[in-house]
Amino acid sequence: MDGIVELQRQLIDYTASLFHEGFLDEQFNQLQQLEDENNPGFVVEVVTLFFEDADRLLNELTKALGQPSVDFKSLDAHVHQLKGSSSSIGAHRIHRVCISFRNSCEEQNVEGCLKNLQQVKHEYSLVKDRLETLFRMEQQILNAGGSVRR
Amino acid sequence: MAIAGSPSAAPQLHVLAVDDSLVDRKVIERLLKISSCKVTVVESGTRALQYLGLDGENDALGFDSVKVNLIMTDYSMPGMTGYELLKKIKQESSVFREIPVVIMSSENVLTRIDRCLEEGAEDFLLKPVKLADVRRLKDFIVKGKVKEGEKRSHKRIRSIDCSSPLSATCSPMSLPCDPSTSLLSPLSAKKARL
Repeated sequence: MDGIVELQRQLIDYTASLFHEGFLDEQFNQLQQLEDENNPGFVVEVVTLFFEDADRLLNELTKALGQPSVDFKSLDAHVHQLKGSSSSIGAHRIHRVCISFRNSCEEQNVEGCLKNLQQVKHEYSLVKDRLETLFRMEQQILNAGGSVRR
Repeated sequence: MAIAGSPSAAPQLHVLAVDDSLVDRKVIERLLKISSCKVTVVESGTRALQYLGLDGENDALGFDSVKVNLIMTDYSMPGMTGYELLKKIKQESSVFREIPVVIMSSENVLTRIDRCLEEGAEDFLLKPVKLADVRRLKDFIVKGKVKEGEKRSHKRIRSIDCSSPLSATCSPMSLPCDPSTSLLSPLSAKKARL
């Protein structure tokens, strides 16, 4: 029993740190509230969809910026999509970089865009790692017979 | 129409949600289901019109008309935007024009909001959409349906109003009005006609 309580405490602390460091925002809380006994894997499901979507979009962005003549309209459309989906799951830092990225697109600033792309990729790998850790911790608790929702 | 587990008294709203983002479709679907709504989610305005039978492919003979109580659509979509979808629906000369349409957008642009409301959008929600937004919408739609039902039954009640005052028909020369003789008074004849 003590083991589960300790794991739960660690999960709470870890989640709090993700909010504190700005990786996640209130929207992530909203998603957790949408989870219940009938839909236990909802958050993992949505976040997984986000990862797939982000992988695809980052590929598109990399390709688009590698073209001899950059299509800023198409670039912006992709960034807009990434901005939207990151906002929908509460991935705050990615969302913020996307806003800068859109500004660079508007200014048709290739250098700015390249920098933003690097930033997005970096933030994405960070939050992906954090969320995967979070889900692993949750699974540990569930496997031990504990619960993860307040 | 009742589904096991849902409250039998409350009507179950059928919401058609339109969004090109897979993540957002997943989230809006859950928001609506957790609010006890029946949900149909499509990825584009074109698909939405197809679903409603408004794409010109199926003749709207009504035999297969889908009952939708609310349409929630994203604004920025490739192909047909949410605004264009809104216009198309409001141009319909049938029951479809009556369906409330709500626009969702991640961008808080005043001119965009004004344009949508002017075109007949019921509301404009800023993304990410919250549970509170969906609940408020649902209450609004359900109230509208209840008011509709009340109006119809209220009309019936008004046509059999029996509250006319007795004293008006008693002449000063005759005996004071006696309720026990109401069968013979002109008033009862009036009542009988109703």
